[in-house]
Amino acid sequence: MDAEAAKLIGAGLAAIGAGMAAIGVGSVFGNFLQSALRNPGAADSQQGRLFIGFAAAELLGLLAFVVAMILIFVA
Amino acid sequence: MAEESTAIDPMHQFQVQTIADLFTIGDTQIAFTNSAAWMVATVVALWLFMLGGMKQAVVPGRWQMMVEGFTGFVTKLVDENIGKGGRKYLPYIFSLFMFILFANLLGMLPLGLVGLHPFTFTSHFTVTGVLAIMSFSIVLIVGFWKHGLKFFSLFVPHGTPVPMIPLIFFIELISFAFRPFSLGLRLFVAMTAGHILLKVLAGFVINSTNAGALWGGVVGIPSFALMVGISALEVLVAGIQAYVFALLTSLYIHDAEHLH
Repeated sequence: MDAEAAKLIGAGLAAIGAGMAAIGVGSVFGNFLQSALRNPGAADSQQGRLFIGFAAAELLGLLAFVVAMILIFVA
Repeated sequence: MAEESTAIDPMHQFQVQTIADLFTIGDTQIAFTNSAAWMVATVVALWLFMLGGMKQAVVPGRWQMMVEGFTGFVTKLVDENIGKGGRKYLPYIFSLFMFILFANLLGMLPLGLVGLHPFTFTSHFTVTGVLAIMSFSIVLIVGFWKHGLKFFSLFVPHGTPVPMIPLIFFIELISFAFRPFSLGLRLFVAMTAGHILLKVLAGFVINSTNAGALWGGVVGIPSFALMVGISALEVLVAGIQAYVFALLTSLYIHDAEHLH
């Protein structure tokens, strides 16, 4: 296998990371909804924390995208 | 691979093109680019938006309600996340939020229909990186100004056992130093990925329609429907990313103001 093909395969494999981040983001919002429905009074005050968790989970998926872009365009 | 004429390059939209050569500093060409042009457009749009709503009428009209909705939203964000002494950062965080929001939304406008191709400058790490460095500089300057060398106690959480302090300090230092990168990277990648996705789907629509009515119906129409949905999602992402940038900036400033 030549180096170019290996790069493209690696970039494709990096897409797994995006799917993993999807699980993370889903878990963040899912758990928030679950507890927000149990205690709707406290839900609004926790929205900031919700988005911090979302941002952290999302960032790790976006890093997978960056890895793919580096493999295709830079490496 | 297909013939080169039908290949649609989804990365073409991110090319920075020179509109006018201005001058050179050393060997570096300083030019007015399409990126700079859209930054100017964003500032003008934001300025007009604010100007129209800052009449401070006793009975606010629709426009003023819209502007006051945004100012109230960001004020609430700052009050909740910075707390005491947070109001002096409100102008910065409000400008940051509105600038990113307008930039993201202007980049989504379908002006390509009339031949004016929007350029989302928040999809470039040079731009988001500078915004992140600005936020991070404020954190560092305020932190060292207010607390001096006590600012380093930020890296040792309360109640850390003494033998763990060197290790925790090192880990916290790395996570602190990574903040500007993560801040800039998040906005840049979220915008880039969304726009690439839209262009790839647009390529499906065009290529499948060129291949005949059957392929256009089987592939093109579902792709187009998906594009409409993803465009709506992108508007949501534009808002969320601007919000997250402002939220994280105010959280980091909270660390600098109050340590823990």
